[in-house]
Amino acid sequence: MTPSDRGIGAPILAVEGVSLAFGGVRALQGVSFDVREHEVRAIIGPNGAGKSSMLNVINGVYHPQEGTITFKGRSRRDMVAHEAAAQGIGRTFQNIALFRGMTVLDNIMTGRNVKMRSTFLEQSIWIGRARREELAHRRKVEEIIDFLEIQHIRRTPVGRLPYGLQKRVELARALAMEPELLLLDEPMAGMNLEEKQDMCRFILDVNEQFGTTVVLIEHDMGVVMDISDRVVVLDYGRKIADGTPDEVRGNQTVIDAYLGVAH
Amino acid sequence: MLYREAGQFRATYAEDQQIFPLRQDRVAIGVLLVAAFIAVPLVADQYWLSALLIPFLIAALAALGLNILTGYAGQLSLGTAAFMAIGAFATYNFVLRVPGIPILAAFVLAGICAAIVGIVFGLPSLRIKGFYLAVATLAAQFFVLWAIQRIGWITNHSASGVITAQNIAILGVPIDTPRAKYLLTLSVVAVLALLAKNLVRSETGRAFMAVRDMDVAASVIGIPLMKTKLLAFAISSFYCGVAGALYAYTYLGTVEPEAFNLELSFRILFMIIIGGVGSVLGSFLGAAFIVLLPIALNLVVPPISEAAGIEIPHAIISNLELMIFGALIIFFLIVEPLGLARLWQIAKEKLRLWPFPH
Repeated sequence: MTPSDRGIGAPILAVEGVSLAFGGVRALQGVSFDVREHEVRAIIGPNGAGKSSMLNVINGVYHPQEGTITFKGRSRRDMVAHEAAAQGIGRTFQNIALFRGMTVLDNIMTGRNVKMRSTFLEQSIWIGRARREELAHRRKVEEIIDFLEIQHIRRTPVGRLPYGLQKRVELARALAMEPELLLLDEPMAGMNLEEKQDMCRFILDVNEQFGTTVVLIEHDMGVVMDISDRVVVLDYGRKIADGTPDEVRGNQTVIDAYLGVAH
Repeated sequence: MLYREAGQFRATYAEDQQIFPLRQDRVAIGVLLVAAFIAVPLVADQYWLSALLIPFLIAALAALGLNILTGYAGQLSLGTAAFMAIGAFATYNFVLRVPGIPILAAFVLAGICAAIVGIVFGLPSLRIKGFYLAVATLAAQFFVLWAIQRIGWITNHSASGVITAQNIAILGVPIDTPRAKYLLTLSVVAVLALLAKNLVRSETGRAFMAVRDMDVAASVIGIPLMKTKLLAFAISSFYCGVAGALYAYTYLGTVEPEAFNLELSFRILFMIIIGGVGSVLGSFLGAAFIVLLPIALNLVVPPISEAAGIEIPHAIISNLELMIFGALIIFFLIVEPLGLARLWQIAKEKLRLWPFPH
């Protein structure tokens, strides 16, 4: 499919001149790129290049010293993480960040919390709006459970699940927010081939069926080249290349960053 | 066999999300409520009501309050008794200074007072966690007792800081017999327990648990940490405040600020550790265990010592109690950190298949 078939449109997210430092460590230095609506955008780079920091800046976990983030036409330097969630930015983590004491169902339901309006008083009496909301959101969560094929583990505490399934539950929890922009931090790290193929399929389905814009960090170059529309390459906190997978693959700076240069 | 769920189909989400989805649970809770409301008042004598059941129910309510904060929202607190004290002394002042106020309204208002103070002492939780937060809540424990002892207005200028709970009545029915006090306590505890059970299985409860399990992930999916933590402090303190009010009005009658000392906070913490952290049922099991253990020891130890021909003085029995508490807490922390409630859950899972596990 060509980009226009998938409805890739104007930029939904623009990152301009973002710099982030932790004391003397400069994690990001003047990074700029944009993400278009409905596209799959990959961020790659060697270890320590600042990829996860970039995602953390986009969804408000880290607060950059310089630069602006423009999401859906609203510019800001930083924000609180839960506000980013309310604006429609979903996120998964490199090291699984599920709520270990809760079941799969409750974990995914927590993703719907941001959409619930009833107060704790209504919820404690369990009538009216609170009950209706709980049931309506349960229905929506079940759709996501079907979509990601995890019906059989609904009632299992997530701590008991194998790694691959935990990654999938984390994706489910992010999808439950119905995000417009989904940030995936190494969704396929540590998976075997079959699990990777499943995960790729889910990511592409999410992008296609829900029209969700995806930004993902991934180390598996095969995956990146296959599923992404455009790729940003970071190295030592700077952007060194930006373009389609083919352009990036042929870029000499990128090859040098990954393989090293003879001096 | 007894606890089999085969044949119980839940075809709608409404059925699946009932408070007790299993028929056996519904029957059990119904039987328990009937027994508690009808059978017990008919059968139990004054000693049972005043010395066992009322303190058990009040302790369970306070433990439930602490469990909401510590077990569900993951914020460790050592100030439980202080919030109970606020409940007790606030009720006293509402009844004293607002003529004709219904006692239940006074309980609720006192709970709200405790909730407000709870929010204030919950503010450090926005910056600090775990052990350090526990130390910060110790400040509540000492400050509140200090304030009650020093500010004469709170105790109506009683010389020793001791207050005597006024006589209370509901709809003209005086609450003066142990039976009436038991029924009042039971009603309040049953209603609040139901509300808590609903709360922890809905959006607020999930937000609490999310903050407990992984706070960064919670904020990333849209849960405001500040609001959630402070709400947990408020609700928890409300429960403790109402428990404190009942402690004064249906159990002790005459209260001094020192009744709400740090030791009481620790006892309630032990209840949720033994009963089960993060479980409504666990609060009740833990309270039952800690209230009933000394009595059970007093019943069991003398016959044994007599049979063995050794005289055990009373002082040793009460020390024995502390030793058993200590040993049990270590036991639970190591072997079953989720407490009696978890053991009960395991038993239920086994009962689903028993007696034919294959």
